[in-house]
Amino acid sequence: MLTIEGIDAGYGATTILQGVSLEVKAGEVVTIVGANGAGKSTTLRTIAGLITPTAGRISFEGQDITRTAAHEVVDLGITLIPEGRQLFPDMTVRENLLMGAYRKAARAAQAETLEEVLQLFPRVRERMNQQASSLSGGEQQMVAIARGMMARPKLLMFDEPSLGLAPIIVSQVFEVIGKIAATGTTVLIVEQNVFSTLKASDRGYVLENGEIALSGAAEALLRDDHVRQAYLGI
Amino acid sequence: MNIFLQLVANGLMLGGLFAIISIGLTLIFGIVKVVNFAHGEFLMAGMYLTWIITVGLGLHPYVTVLAVAPFLFVLGAMTQRFLIQPLLLARDDHVQIFATVGLSTALINLALLIFGADIANTPASGLRAPVQIGPVRILEGQVYIFIAAVLLVIGLQLFLSRTQTGRAIRAVAQNRAAAQLMGINVDRIYVLSFGIGAACVGLAASLVAPLYPVSSTIGTYFVLTAFVVVVLGGLGSIVGAFVGAMIIGLIDSMAGFYIGSDLREAVVFGVFLVILILKPSGLFGTRVSLSHIS
Repeated sequence: MLTIEGIDAGYGATTILQGVSLEVKAGEVVTIVGANGAGKSTTLRTIAGLITPTAGRISFEGQDITRTAAHEVVDLGITLIPEGRQLFPDMTVRENLLMGAYRKAARAAQAETLEEVLQLFPRVRERMNQQASSLSGGEQQMVAIARGMMARPKLLMFDEPSLGLAPIIVSQVFEVIGKIAATGTTVLIVEQNVFSTLKASDRGYVLENGEIALSGAAEALLRDDHVRQAYLGI
Repeated sequence: MNIFLQLVANGLMLGGLFAIISIGLTLIFGIVKVVNFAHGEFLMAGMYLTWIITVGLGLHPYVTVLAVAPFLFVLGAMTQRFLIQPLLLARDDHVQIFATVGLSTALINLALLIFGADIANTPASGLRAPVQIGPVRILEGQVYIFIAAVLLVIGLQLFLSRTQTGRAIRAVAQNRAAAQLMGINVDRIYVLSFGIGAACVGLAASLVAPLYPVSSTIGTYFVLTAFVVVVLGGLGSIVGAFVGAMIIGLIDSMAGFYIGSDLREAVVFGVFLVILILKPSGLFGTRVSLSHIS
């Protein structure tokens, strides 16, 4: 579904990713784990079209999207739920969710999608008419995920969904990601919370200093000595 | 008492005038984050166009809005697309400010070249006739400006909150990067918003032209007050600009009578400074900085 071949990418003169290649197949849950600054978020931002790679190729469903603008990538069916939630602070929760359905393919069905999404997030339903900025961090993360789902994406990408959340909320977030995957949506997650994420994934990639150091089935990575020492502290 | 009521009426009418000129300015700032120093010259261009059409075709000045507002929309959209947008890649945001200052100077001199230094009077079509409302007398044209300002504020609020495009505009203003992730073409929203802001001042131009003669420097005369109004109301707030305009209008009117007409501007700017010291974000200022988080 998504194929990345040897991309270099970064910010201005700083190259962060060096020759990164990875693949996500339809229906999979794939995780990119790695330390802070390894280039995990940069990878997702490059796929989303916020950063244009300086080398390599990205293709989605056979179409070259290496240089496609961010708003066009969304139209093709790739949605990124960004790190730090990035809600529209002075809009209500309902308005935030409707913005999620801005994608052309999602607009017509926005009322149905909203109903489906709210079944997954009962707390969000109670907050529909509140300003997004008045919500707690956990609630904001739920709205951010719900907003991403509103686009009815083929590939949903999560950038550090558990960052800065209380442990109980973190487990709720992973529960929701599991439910999204169960509906057949392809998922690509970037996380520092290595154990929970790999547990919920089919496959994983380990990113170190902008390069893929290791990849394989999630269970195999959980048993790998290097992963256990470097990321699980075992 | 009658004098006081008359002063209040004058102040509100003046406020309506300031409001209708300022709304486009605050709209552009709130969304595109560019202070358009050519805003006054957009007004001037619109007033000249009103004058040309009114005199040339013998139409009522208000009818010209059908041509003036679209003309200004195109001028504003082109300013964003061909002047501001190429500069977005510049390392320093201030480059955009200087670009609009340059555009302002260019437009003033272009008007001097085409129309000369003489003032041009748009036919008043009865709009300068006073009407008696209860104990106060005001000009008919002023009443229409006030009504138009109120309708413009309401119309823009409805557009921004009820339509898909309006919500997309607000989304871009509040979080540009997140808006892109929703599939919004941010560059197009900027062009559209600059156009809408300029069209608002086009509406103002057609309404103001029958009351004030137009010259190449008329923009400078009005825009200084418009900046005060916009900063006072809170940069980017449409309702704030309206309330700010009423406050400045009332202060101007009262100070002119009770303190002395020479000191009107001194009082207006004095109050402005005090409010800024007490509340730097303006009366309706929201966390403008939030919109810059990406």
